[in-house]
Amino acid sequence: MALLRTLVAKPWIWSFLGALLVWLATISFTGGYGGGGMVTAALSLAVFTVIVGVGQMFVITLGPGNVDLSLPANIGLASAVAMKVMGGSDSMIVVGLLAALACGAAIGAVNYLLIWALRIPPIIATLSASFIIQSIDISYGRGLQIKPPPGFADFANWQILGIPVLAILTVLFTIAAAIALQRMIYGRSVLAIGQNIRAAWLAGVNVGRTRFLTYTLSGALGGIDGALLAGYFRGANVDIGNEYLLASIAVVVIGGTSVAGGKANVPGVWGAALFLVLLLTMLNTFGVSAGVRLLLTGLIIVGVITVAGGEKALR
Amino acid sequence: MTAIAPGTTPSSSPRSSAARARLLRSLLPALSLALVLLAIAWLNPRAISYFGFSLMLNLAIPIALATIAQMFVIAGNELDLSIGTFVGFVGCVTATWLKDAPLLGVVVLLGSIGVYALLGALIHLRNLPSIVVTLGMSFVWQGLAILVLPKPGGKAPDWLLGLMAFKPPFIPFPIIAALVIAAVVHFGLMRTSYGVILRGSGGNPAALRRAGWSLLRTKIVLFALTGLFGVLSGMALIGITTSADANIGNGYTLLAIAGVILGGGEFVGGRVSPIGAVLGALTLALAASPLLTFMHIPPDWQVAANGAILIIVLAARVLISRRER
Amino acid sequence: MPEANTDIIRLNGAEKHFGAVRALNGVDFHVVSGECVGLVGHNGAGKSTLMHMVAGTLRPDGGEIAVRGNAEIDYSVARALKLGIRCVFQELSLCPNLSIAENTRISHPALTGLGWRRKAANLIAAKLDEIFPDHGISADDIAGDLSIGRRQMVEVARAFTVTGDPLDLVILDEPTSSLDAHTAGQLLAFVRRFVAGGGSCILISHVLGEVLQNADRIVVMRDGKVVATDAAKAFDRDRLVATMGGAEAREKIAAEIAAARPAAGPLRVRARPERQQDGKELVAHAGEIIGLAGLAGHGQTDLLLAIFKAAQRARTGIEVTAPVALVAGDRQSDGIFPQWSIAENIGIRSLARLRKGLLISPRREAELAEFWKQKIGIRTPDMTNNIFSLSGGNQQKALFARALGSDAEIVLMDDPMRGVDIGTKLEVYDLVREEAAKGRTFLWYTTETEELDNCDHIHVFKNGRIVANLTRDELTEEKIIQSSFGDAA
Repeated sequence: MALLRTLVAKPWIWSFLGALLVWLATISFTGGYGGGGMVTAALSLAVFTVIVGVGQMFVITLGPGNVDLSLPANIGLASAVAMKVMGGSDSMIVVGLLAALACGAAIGAVNYLLIWALRIPPIIATLSASFIIQSIDISYGRGLQIKPPPGFADFANWQILGIPVLAILTVLFTIAAAIALQRMIYGRSVLAIGQNIRAAWLAGVNVGRTRFLTYTLSGALGGIDGALLAGYFRGANVDIGNEYLLASIAVVVIGGTSVAGGKANVPGVWGAALFLVLLLTMLNTFGVSAGVRLLLTGLIIVGVITVAGGEKALR
Repeated sequence: MTAIAPGTTPSSSPRSSAARARLLRSLLPALSLALVLLAIAWLNPRAISYFGFSLMLNLAIPIALATIAQMFVIAGNELDLSIGTFVGFVGCVTATWLKDAPLLGVVVLLGSIGVYALLGALIHLRNLPSIVVTLGMSFVWQGLAILVLPKPGGKAPDWLLGLMAFKPPFIPFPIIAALVIAAVVHFGLMRTSYGVILRGSGGNPAALRRAGWSLLRTKIVLFALTGLFGVLSGMALIGITTSADANIGNGYTLLAIAGVILGGGEFVGGRVSPIGAVLGALTLALAASPLLTFMHIPPDWQVAANGAILIIVLAARVLISRRER
Repeated sequence: MPEANTDIIRLNGAEKHFGAVRALNGVDFHVVSGECVGLVGHNGAGKSTLMHMVAGTLRPDGGEIAVRGNAEIDYSVARALKLGIRCVFQELSLCPNLSIAENTRISHPALTGLGWRRKAANLIAAKLDEIFPDHGISADDIAGDLSIGRRQMVEVARAFTVTGDPLDLVILDEPTSSLDAHTAGQLLAFVRRFVAGGGSCILISHVLGEVLQNADRIVVMRDGKVVATDAAKAFDRDRLVATMGGAEAREKIAAEIAAARPAAGPLRVRARPERQQDGKELVAHAGEIIGLAGLAGHGQTDLLLAIFKAAQRARTGIEVTAPVALVAGDRQSDGIFPQWSIAENIGIRSLARLRKGLLISPRREAELAEFWKQKIGIRTPDMTNNIFSLSGGNQQKALFARALGSDAEIVLMDDPMRGVDIGTKLEVYDLVREEAAKGRTFLWYTTETEELDNCDHIHVFKNGRIVANLTRDELTEEKIIQSSFGDAA
């Protein structure tokens, strides 16, 4: 009973419950058929949302107005860079991954540079940057139809006992992120800045460095995500990251992270990502039209956040 | 040196400098617009004419209306990420039902404003983050738009086409419309006594509540106004493009946010300016396409130029504010 | 004259719980017309909770409220305003994005229709002129541009403006906390005129002298109960302090400070205000307590912040030779992390020392918190409770613990005792002197003259400059006021 109460008090439990409900609804529709495969597929797809979601979570935790809108463009460009560097050769996989990481990190650093130098709200800075990145991607990726090296594509799709290896790695990564958030100076600084940036500065927190690191981290995760996506879908294209703008924000908030800043929740990102992926699977299984699918997706997001209740800043 | 009366001099100088900085800031949107106009005049003097403005500011009216819509929610410390798809939905309704079954069309559009009002109430009562709620709503409006108009098409009602094609003497219609929009909203939000309450709800909600005002009501009013101007924006857009498409408004979400910010608004604290927002929208409308065509920028880089212009204008703003300090 | 008929408000057996905490424990309280009631007690004694009930912002869990003899069932802010009861809250409640006239409109539903702006501007300007004749505030000023003192002046003036609703009782909760002595005097003189004219006031203040001189009747609260109520004449400072409980007499300070101090150690800070034109500068050595005095908002905070910045990155004109920590005066905006526990709030300044390897050690963090809980007397059952579970004074102690528990050798204090009860103050004064004796340097900006007794040197500020430099022996209230108001010395 006490365990139940502590569980219910955790904001992330709701997203996992939602994912479970959606899964149960789907397999009851199919009569239990394909339930396991659905979980495998959901895990594989959720990984990509979780990776950018964690980056977005750190950014959003920095406080009101902090959000990275450049992630879709970032993912698109990094996927192109990774594929071009790998050039279809297995021996270049690591170099290609590093290139994507560096590309994403550079984008994140530029984002922060704009925020810092122009003192503009991050929404506008990352938005402006994303316009430019998009153009670079279009120009750079023109006619680019390079497939990932076979080894990389296999790695991105590799499963052990029906569990995608990428998902296992991502779970490890999220555990590390959760520890960093609560137990490292960096994480504490992010939380402090998100609650009250002036108080954080006066308490000796290195505000500039923390914000710089956070945007760079978000960018770097976007870059890695782009490379992995290109591997998983066996090819890069300009639009590969488009759905991750809304998805990355949605999983952060559905997962229980406060949009007012200063309060983050790592497990919730996983729950919310699984929930969203399973939701789409469910609607596809039901065979509804595109309009109805969008409508229901939207209503469910609004419904979930209404039921889970929001926590805004105390002000 | 004679003795100065106590209390008169201290800290009056920082205050007046704060006031001066604010005045200059409020002039910045106009300055940005003038700069973009100068650039156009320099690149293509013929554009500065009745016909040139009518053409360049073609889409300025719907952008300005969407920006005003966004400004209302921002005034209450919220953000509407669904305004773009909402404009698209309104467009689809305008190009179908409003023409074929005007009564139904009017009811649906009024109903959608009602939905906005309900969202405001929901966000207030459940203390929800508006970013997520409107994010969800952006899917809803888009889904509805597709259901209303599965394939691009439809046609705007004739009266709307006639209105948007109106050619007044001397001054192009978009400019007159922008002036009217700015004046009406400025009066309503900045000069009326209830406008003060609406802005106060963004500045210090706790104080407002303690003074006996209903925050539920201010939030509902602000969201309903956003819905109203979203409807106007969608209708104006279809009046210009004549037919609709479910994705027609998608770009307006970010454009509208950018417009409010270019216009000197801030995301929190109830600091917004209707006149600035309209100027910001005009700047974006001008900077969006005609400038780039004059400058012979290859299509690959048009999006980048959009971002670059945004950055340059904001950088100029920083430089001016910094010099003032 | 039968007293029952002249009651403005009467609370019988008022109770309020916040979770397990009993904020009010059966309080009887009343105000009659034409009197000024002084309300004193330590932070957490229940004064603010009681006043929230009088103002209608909090509903009692038990007990009755009657206004002018009529029982009120559904008492609310709107109802209180209608009945002529208003409150100036401790937290500033102006909208920073609105002008002074617009802020006035917010508290007057009747200010509508054509020409409401002019009416509102005239209303507030007239009241400001009446209370603070030399205020220098324009009705068109944006509230956010004003200094905290001026905002408080506006807020007080606004509470006394009258349009549609009557005005019988004004609650002033720490109205002088951000005002300098001159302005505070103007306000209190106005309160006396208001009361003499038949109005009523409830005056809450930690400056006991203010209450003793201006109240007709004094109500003392302690632990959620009223422990004494009597005519003001029946009280003196000592009796008040004794009734409030907890705090030792203040003479102790003077005696202790009089004891010889060890000679000052090596140089810690040398700083010159940006606008200083002559050669005056602030110099602080190890073990010294340096006071920054003068009227509120005359550059004291600016200099402290400049020193704080100089510790991070070298600046011209300021020399800092040791790590610096700052104790904020404006807790909500400069100090508290609202989502965090007390322990986390204390540990944030010392994260590097709390690490074990790469990770912060929860055990070390708890030890640090527990050490300061004992040392500075933070009253809480559990340091992992949220910081807001503490009363204001204890929150301030946590901020002191954050600074004193860090590696900082220089502690900057930005008027940290604003609105803090006298018991907390005396405890913190002791601690500051103890830490100074161990070699720490304190730069202490304060708006309360008696706190300067604790300092070795006092710099008086005016218009962003140091205008006088006094040693403690030279220190008198007159000297400070003279330097604050006079020509440059």
